[in-house]
Amino acid sequence: MKSPKSRKSQHFFGNLKRIVSFKRKYLSIPYFIFLLLFVLVPILIILVYAFTGTDDAGNLYFSFDSFVNFFSSPTKVNVLVVSLFIGVLNTIICLLIGYPIAYLLADKKVNKNYVMVILFIMPMWINFVLRTGATRDLLNMWGLKGGEYPYLSTMIGMVYNYLPFTILPLYTTMIKLDKAQIEASRDLGCNPVQTFTKAILPQSVPGIISAAEMVFMPTMSSYVISDTLSEGKLTLFGNSIANSFYNSLWNDGSFMAFIMLVLIFVTMALTSRFGKEKEERKVGLW
Amino acid sequence: MVTTAAARRIKRRAVAYKTFGQCAIWLVLLLMYLPILVLIAFSFTEATNIGTWTGFSWNLYSRLFQSQEILVALGNTLLIAVISATLSTILGTCGAIGAFYSKKRARSVIEKVTQIPVVNAEIVIALSLTVMFVFLQTYLFGGANVFSFWTLLVGHIILQVPFVYLSVKPKLQQMDPALYEAALDLGCTPNQALFKTTIPEIMPGIASGFLLSITLSLDDFIVTAFTRGAGLLSGEKNIETLSTLVQAKIKKGPIPPEMRALTTIIFLVVLVGAILVTVYRNVKAKQGKKRVGRY
Repeated sequence: MKSPKSRKSQHFFGNLKRIVSFKRKYLSIPYFIFLLLFVLVPILIILVYAFTGTDDAGNLYFSFDSFVNFFSSPTKVNVLVVSLFIGVLNTIICLLIGYPIAYLLADKKVNKNYVMVILFIMPMWINFVLRTGATRDLLNMWGLKGGEYPYLSTMIGMVYNYLPFTILPLYTTMIKLDKAQIEASRDLGCNPVQTFTKAILPQSVPGIISAAEMVFMPTMSSYVISDTLSEGKLTLFGNSIANSFYNSLWNDGSFMAFIMLVLIFVTMALTSRFGKEKEERKVGLW
Repeated sequence: MVTTAAARRIKRRAVAYKTFGQCAIWLVLLLMYLPILVLIAFSFTEATNIGTWTGFSWNLYSRLFQSQEILVALGNTLLIAVISATLSTILGTCGAIGAFYSKKRARSVIEKVTQIPVVNAEIVIALSLTVMFVFLQTYLFGGANVFSFWTLLVGHIILQVPFVYLSVKPKLQQMDPALYEAALDLGCTPNQALFKTTIPEIMPGIASGFLLSITLSLDDFIVTAFTRGAGLLSGEKNIETLSTLVQAKIKKGPIPPEMRALTTIIFLVVLVGAILVTVYRNVKAKQGKKRVGRY
């Protein structure tokens, strides 16, 4: 004999239990909150700092000071241009070396062993600051002083560091190449150059794009490599941002980080068609 | 006669191509390993600079194990790597499972946010976190120093957690959804079903996410340098990891001799790790073949 009221309350608690009770989708809540707090909020704060100034009392006020500071300073704009140039150059060199190597590694006629691929990835597991120092010391031993040839030694360090990152995504595309298509192009009378441009190259475009993504941005925003190998003579965009951090110039630093973000979104928009590959390649490391 | 000559020519070409290919691979490998190999070679002599050989000795190794500075940095590095990778793995795995069972719109929002740290430049991640901590420090904590082990930990987790998510996600997609339902039908609570069916199924993804997290943490310099404060084995001083210590040293001069010995040890550890990975892959590939053969 239950009164309607108690049945109602039972109904209510039943509902509550169903709502509060464990559902698998709730597992993503802490993850999402964490990313919200430490990825999205910091980026918003960067945007705020990029377009504000700080007065003596520590209050923020809206201003384009950082914007004007950056674009009216020839040295700062110059750093950006040089960084873009070094980024492009490094990407091209890494691709020129990495592409044939990845092709050879994936070619069953040359290499059947996955161990070789692991050998190319292995340097990534050794601390990169240590590797950079080792490169610098070796170049010094050969008389190539970073202080005298800042561009050359920085480029050597960049290629040395980013080559494995180029080879890995290229290799993953190369092992998926359609062999029948390559054979067919040969049988139908293509010479090796034509086979390459008409059958191999178009198939490997996704690998090239993701390899370029892996190299370009990290190169121009790198700090340790340019700082160490050029003995501080060559300032890249990453060094500029780091210097603003070391001098507590938060507004200027935020504005430069904002420029970096814009560049990242532009490259992403340009390469979005091949976006899928990118997440796979770093995960594919294991 | 003609055919055998032609066949021989084709074979000769194939051999030439193979030799050329292997030479090219080995040449690039040699160049890539040269700096490390030179450091390793000179870890068996005591000279301050590489390039001068002052006779064979093991002294650098004993000096390495007496160097308080390096041991503290090494300990910090390992502690940070293990703690941050464990937390990232738990957080990222939960995130991936949760997102997988969420509605399509919620999932796509989570995936978009996950992509941000993946595509972002490390220095922007580091600076944006630092600026936020400085902001909190100024406006919330009244100028008290917030930089500590915890800020460093947050920085490392942010670097790693998207990759855990991305390692687990494909395993969830490959999983047999009927298993979870079967576990529920056989009387498991949702919690038990999760731990007895889902987690074992996606374990390879969790493991690779964890290993990837470890390597990301070990290799990180810029986030560590920006977000660190006092703590861990460094005590009252700023936390020094291997990356920050080596960077501070090489800014002033050549790599300190003891660190050459350390390079040898790291190289050996990595080599053993690589061999284990290869062996594991081969064993798994063989098992896979057997299983296919049975059915």
